[in-house]
Amino acid sequence: MSAREQILGRIREALRKSAPIPGHTHADHPSANHPPHPPVPPAGAGRSAFATPVIPLRPSAAARPWLPPGGVTPAEQWERFCAASTELKTAVQEFESVEAAHARLRELATEQGWTGVASHHAPLTDAAISALGLPTLFTDGGYPVNDLEKCSVGITECDALVAQTGSVLVTSRSTGGRALSVLPPHHLVLARRAQLVPDLGAALELAKARYAPHWPSMISFITGPSRTGDIERILVLGAHGPRQLTVFLLP
Amino acid sequence: MTAAHQFLEQARRITRDLRHRGLIQTALRKYEVKRDEKKRAFPDWESARQAAAEVKWDAINHLDTYLEDFVTRLEARGTRVHWASTAAEARDAILGVVRDRKAKSIIKSKAMTAEEIHLNDALEKEGYEVVESDLGEYIVQLRHEPPYHIVFPAMHLTRDEISDLFHRELGSAQTREPEELTMIARRVLRQKYITADIGITGANFAVAETGMVSITENEGNARLTSALPRTMITLLGIEKVIPALEDLALFLPMLATAGAGQTLTGYNTMYSGPRQPGEADGPEEWHVVLLDNRRTELLADPEQRDALHCIRCGACLNVCPIFRNVGGHTYGTAYSGPIGSVITPHLRGLKDWKHLSGASSLCGACTEACPVKIDLHHHLLQNRRNAVMEDAPLLERLAYQLFAVVANHPTLWQFAKEMGRTFQPFHRWVLRTKLDPAKAWTATRDLPPMAEMSFKEWWRTRQ
Ligand code: SF4
Repeated sequence: MSAREQILGRIREALRKSAPIPGHTHADHPSANHPPHPPVPPAGAGRSAFATPVIPLRPSAAARPWLPPGGVTPAEQWERFCAASTELKTAVQEFESVEAAHARLRELATEQGWTGVASHHAPLTDAAISALGLPTLFTDGGYPVNDLEKCSVGITECDALVAQTGSVLVTSRSTGGRALSVLPPHHLVLARRAQLVPDLGAALELAKARYAPHWPSMISFITGPSRTGDIERILVLGAHGPRQLTVFLLP
Repeated sequence: MTAAHQFLEQARRITRDLRHRGLIQTALRKYEVKRDEKKRAFPDWESARQAAAEVKWDAINHLDTYLEDFVTRLEARGTRVHWASTAAEARDAILGVVRDRKAKSIIKSKAMTAEEIHLNDALEKEGYEVVESDLGEYIVQLRHEPPYHIVFPAMHLTRDEISDLFHRELGSAQTREPEELTMIARRVLRQKYITADIGITGANFAVAETGMVSITENEGNARLTSALPRTMITLLGIEKVIPALEDLALFLPMLATAGAGQTLTGYNTMYSGPRQPGEADGPEEWHVVLLDNRRTELLADPEQRDALHCIRCGACLNVCPIFRNVGGHTYGTAYSGPIGSVITPHLRGLKDWKHLSGASSLCGACTEACPVKIDLHHHLLQNRRNAVMEDAPLLERLAYQLFAVVANHPTLWQFAKEMGRTFQPFHRWVLRTKLDPAKAWTATRDLPPMAEMSFKEWWRTRQ
């Protein structure tokens, strides 16, 4: 018997006895406190077919009013995104026009003394790279790691911005691979206003609609610059990944 | 020395170490402030806990189905899955890959399961260089000691100790700035990433619906570990499975809030395969090692099955009065604190680890802190009961039998009481000496004097 069969066999044997559902064993935890959940879909629809008691299961993201809110209107969401970013020390800047964003990009390049830029081919990044006019490494299709390591900044697009948490959603397919957003010391994201979504649930739904079942091999929520608190619980930015995370919001 | 003796001895030493206590209390107070602040962002934290507990219940109680879903989907995208019944099988699977690739250096991001199976020892014994990339893990690795805490591995060290360590091991200049210390490690580890042939990671969740492994981290070290080396290996316990992708919308913020007082951890990344056609980088091959290592035994105990719901946030450690006083290393286990005390007897045998069930004041702070509502302190109590049922020490058994006889016979009870009263005054002559019959108790506690009058006698005087 293979290890797989052995382990699955032990699991099935163990599950012959049923275990109480948490919070449903004591009278002092009435499940009536919770909003109604949709019924469990039938077997074969992704749910398992076990004859265990039917419990209220996973509601849709929208029916999870107990999670931190991301805001209802776009204005609320933007406010929430900015507040979260401030706390995370993500620099966020909104622009009236693409030209204004490019002008600011050139300023940043001078201020921070960028020598080389890394990016990937996409409409927003291509325009920005030609406006910048600096030596650029495009990661699409492969690149020498040592070259990427020497770049001053990684400029990427993103798949979504998450208001609830101040996160940026990137993937290995849409934003130049796995390393571009973490190896250079500065990660600059070019996003459009319409990419703002209220919460993680919505961002996951969006990713699913866009990619499933042909997922990029990596999808990642980036929430602030790389950080650590491992020395006396004191916050330090730029532990392994970027010390700076900048989000440019374009119209 | 048995594990129980080691625990007692170390606990005795650490509880008197005021420097240690100060360090831990300061760190955890900071944590508490942040956690409370982030909990308030939840309109209803209790309902979120209940929902998380129910989703985990669903996952664990249909583990076979969800695991198969997870594995089928992973394999369909070119990932090689290894099933390991024991720690040895998991080590062999990983060593097999490492040998085949003729690897020279290995970079690793944080994985408690790797501590559980003593992976680094096994790799080093075969001559491979393994470098921990999480800053805290890197620090404790340089000190040749295990992580102190499942989330904050180096919380028992001051910046001065870390500076001394780096100075000694890496030849860096002394500094008191956490930022400079972090940059020293960053520079050293950067080179390791670029040259490593193999990256090893742990995992936080395994998504059955989409066949994805989700990894939560703050530093970006796991992101780099999974981006640069040509081969990636991920080790995870079978209990990490969750049913659906959208469940992450619930678990990721809860893990961050309960674990470190953050809205969301810095990087939450879902991997569904090795580098896919058309992608810029990523490993050519990905091996996922699924570890049982007696988790199925815990699964077979319906009373404590919910201990497998654990998302390893560390919240129960942070609030535990025992952990805060005896510290993480005293437990002598990969998983410390309340959750460690609950699961270690199942994973490593009740006989040698039952003493951990006593490492609790049964205050219930752990149960209250747990984001997935594991009934931790009752499980500790159940382990105490199981230990007695399995194998009570002869003396203890005799003592209780004697007590039962005495308590069942009023005259004997009366007699015992008189004896106690007569001889108690002489107790102080032997108090806390070798001759003290109640030494186990009196060593750390007072033995209250017997009442001068029993209730029965008092009642008689009232008549
Ligand atoms: S038992 Fe609960 S509180 Fe403790 S680490 Fe696990 S999930 Fe966190």
